[in-house]
Amino acid sequence: MNAFDYEAPQSVDEAISLLSAGNGNVGILAGGTDLIAQLKEGRKIDLMLDLKQIPEATALSFDEDSGLSIGAATSCSKIYGYDVVQSRYPALVDCTSLIGSIQIQNRGTVGGNFCNASPAADTPPAVIVLGSTCRIAGPNGMREVAAEDFFTGPGQSVLQSGEFLVSIQVPTPAANSGAFFLRFIPRNEMDIAVANAAASVVLDSEKTTIQEARVAIGAVAPTPLLVADAGAALVGKAVDDEDAIEAACAASRAAARPISDMRGTIEQRIHLSGVLTRRAIQGAIQRAKES
Amino acid sequence: MPGKVHVTTTINGESVEFLCEPRQTILEVLRDQLDLTGTKEGCSNGNCGACSILVDGEVIDSCLMMGVEAEGQEIITIEGVASADGLHPLQQKFLEHAALQCGICTPGFIVAAKALLDQESDPSEERIRLYLAGNLCRCTGYDKIVRAVQDAASEMAE
Repeated sequence: MNAFDYEAPQSVDEAISLLSAGNGNVGILAGGTDLIAQLKEGRKIDLMLDLKQIPEATALSFDEDSGLSIGAATSCSKIYGYDVVQSRYPALVDCTSLIGSIQIQNRGTVGGNFCNASPAADTPPAVIVLGSTCRIAGPNGMREVAAEDFFTGPGQSVLQSGEFLVSIQVPTPAANSGAFFLRFIPRNEMDIAVANAAASVVLDSEKTTIQEARVAIGAVAPTPLLVADAGAALVGKAVDDEDAIEAACAASRAAARPISDMRGTIEQRIHLSGVLTRRAIQGAIQRAKES
Repeated sequence: MPGKVHVTTTINGESVEFLCEPRQTILEVLRDQLDLTGTKEGCSNGNCGACSILVDGEVIDSCLMMGVEAEGQEIITIEGVASADGLHPLQQKFLEHAALQCGICTPGFIVAAKALLDQESDPSEERIRLYLAGNLCRCTGYDKIVRAVQDAASEMAE
């Protein structure tokens, strides 16, 4: 590792000052499971900026009006261990509890998963279908970006030089709603998604008709994708409308534009986009019925 | 050239101060400066778990934590697992079940298993295997390790 300075600012403002003084060559440290591995592989930085002393970046709180606030430096295990997440946001448990190992979950963060911007990242699909917002601090103050608009390419996001992700705001789930995330990997743990998917639905009070729906897929395009056509195919349809669910799966297959690599082929990933979309929708409907 | 940082932390119950460069991982500090060489370096990128330590009771890969991050934390390494009275039940059961061959992965397995048993007194075999998925062993085939952890859990529950 090359030599660098280390700072652990106590506030967002202090972090912004350090970022602007850092000439763009700053490594932002949350859990370090990506950053430190990259530094060992030769990435060079002048300053390591540790977010874990900033209250907004480590907060994990829920408010009925504003929803769930996940500080960007909050570990996956803190998130899935939080009783509100377990009871109200099970799709966040789905994704945070299957990343890497327990050792990685105790350090790695959803904020880091977003900023690392791997196309195969496991937290974005669920965060996207829950209608979340990324809160970004920069020299000109705070700005908000919808989770589905955060990613611009492999390893690339909307973050500009001098900015950092402070927190992710997840709205309070609507009545009669449910969300679900899953991925396909050839083994049970410690792997990277061949493909993944999440869905959320809001049902009517009878829990027979879908009023709102969102579907997102990952590892099948340069960025995680919100598949608007898949959600639209479900709206107004009965929860057991097989044709509607198949239309949503077809929308996901159409949206996927994967590559072939050591984890899977283009054909397999397009097929999986449909299969995982179906299972995510069915899982979300089941949870909405049980809500 | 960035200067060294003064870090105050607690390791195995004792207050410890050290100076480190920001680029040093806590694994390097433990092994090279503090002579706590029980924690092993395996892959050095968070896949193998040989360098597992507890930080505030949570198991982490020490190759993926910087030394400067130890400020104010409570760290337990393999050297802190046994008590003055003797081996921890996990250590004893690893011996009895021959749950190690070359031994390089063993400190990490014991520290990770301790984290599990500190939280859950009666984990299922599936839970043990999932919890220890971040620890790799090239010798044993894992079965003896899982039996040792199950046996230790039973003994600790008595």
